[in-house]
Amino acid sequence: MSAKTINIKLKVWRQKDANSKGGFEDYQLENISTASSFLEMMDVLNEKLVNENKEPVAFDHDCREGICGMCSMFINGRAHGPDTLVTTCQLHMRTFKDGETIVIEPWRTGGFPVIKDLMVDRTAYEKIMQAGGFVSVNTGGVPDANAIPIPKHDADEAMDAASCIGCGACVATCKNSSAMLFVAAKVSQLALLPQGRVEASKRAKNMVAVMDELGFGNCSNTGACEMECPKGISLAHIARLNREFLSANIKG
Amino acid sequence: MSNFISSSIGKKLILSLSGLFLITFLLIHLIANLFLLGGSDAFNTAVHFMDTNPVIQIMQPILALGFVVHILYGVIIQLQNWKATPVNYKTVNQKESSKWSARNMIWLGLFVLAFLLIHLGNYFYVMKFAPHDMGSTLVDGVEMHDAYSLVTGLFTNPSFGVIYSIIYIIGFVALGLHLNHAFWSAFQTIGWSNDVWRKRLSTIGTLYAILIAVGFSIIPLYFLFIK
Ligand code: SF4
Ligand code: FES
Repeated sequence: MSAKTINIKLKVWRQKDANSKGGFEDYQLENISTASSFLEMMDVLNEKLVNENKEPVAFDHDCREGICGMCSMFINGRAHGPDTLVTTCQLHMRTFKDGETIVIEPWRTGGFPVIKDLMVDRTAYEKIMQAGGFVSVNTGGVPDANAIPIPKHDADEAMDAASCIGCGACVATCKNSSAMLFVAAKVSQLALLPQGRVEASKRAKNMVAVMDELGFGNCSNTGACEMECPKGISLAHIARLNREFLSANIKG
Repeated sequence: MSNFISSSIGKKLILSLSGLFLITFLLIHLIANLFLLGGSDAFNTAVHFMDTNPVIQIMQPILALGFVVHILYGVIIQLQNWKATPVNYKTVNQKESSKWSARNMIWLGLFVLAFLLIHLGNYFYVMKFAPHDMGSTLVDGVEMHDAYSLVTGLFTNPSFGVIYSIIYIIGFVALGLHLNHAFWSAFQTIGWSNDVWRKRLSTIGTLYAILIAVGFSIIPLYFLFIK
């Protein structure tokens, strides 16, 4: 595709630190290549701001290839912008029109407080993971990978769940600020495999308990998370989490 | 156990089980109402049967409890959800990611609640606590209350019948929208869903919602236009 260039207007959330109030700033950028990624466009903006001796916009990013989950931006009312199944770093400027105004906000949810500008603190996810998002293994020789046969279907579903990159788009897009899709993915990927079954009950109970404690909302199954998830994690995993949690509580 | 009840999934389980109970009740209520189309004797006999049937009498307080629990938990869950999102976005575009009814369950629910209160005042209160306000009638030699005239009277009243019927229909359209999301959502919360069943359950849910909304709306339309 031949690259064109477009002129755009930006409305970016600026906030000095966690305790400041913050507000929107307007910027204009000219001759942005439609082949550039959204983050490259942000780099151009920051370069311009630095040249003008202004404070650049702080935003999270790392891999820039859709696997680390850091690039958390709420663009024109949608997590990771208007494209589906992409992170912000994979969003391209060809998705926008010449002259368009683009509104950029940080994730807004009680669970992820803003640190600065577009950066949010996602420690809450770490805390949920520490409550059970792992399998305990004894040290010793590595067991043979083929010693435990796993049905293809289960392996596939576990792999789908495991593709969650912990980006937080599900919470950010959820009108209830619910973290259920994330927790469901993490519980599912292990619950489907024999190695994970050992601690399955404890895991479901503990991860849900920490999720609730941290103030994430109650899932009402709107399905918005699934649509905005860059990895297409299915709501079916939430149903599995519900099953795991209910049976864990029935077992006591 | 108390941990379970106070957990997010526990609260939602209570909301969905009470919801499924109310969903079942709606079907029974609809069947009873359709006797209206059969004329005065048919409806009055049906009401008389329900008034004197012990199972129905036992179910009545349980049903009331179902409503109270469902409304209470719906409100609690919603208040927590608002609290979980202290700052709102300036621009939100959720048209492509979720259904309007799914996002507005609380408002649809509260609207239906308002309707329910009017409805209880108009019919249930009179039938239950002020039955002498209704006339009486003889069906096959048995004396019974003339509930038929009470119900149809509101729809056909020359001064407010049309407005009353419109409110009644809007109430059931709101209920239909509520059910459209509720049905599948209840099963999802119980854990009885996956990628295959989700499609089936949401289709059944939509059909059920239409059945309830249309089924109840037929009654005022029948009395306004056909009768
Ligand atoms: S479930 Fe999807 S949206 Fe949520 S954190 Fe994982 S990858 Fe991101
Ligand atoms: S920067 Fe790593 S996913 Fe976008």
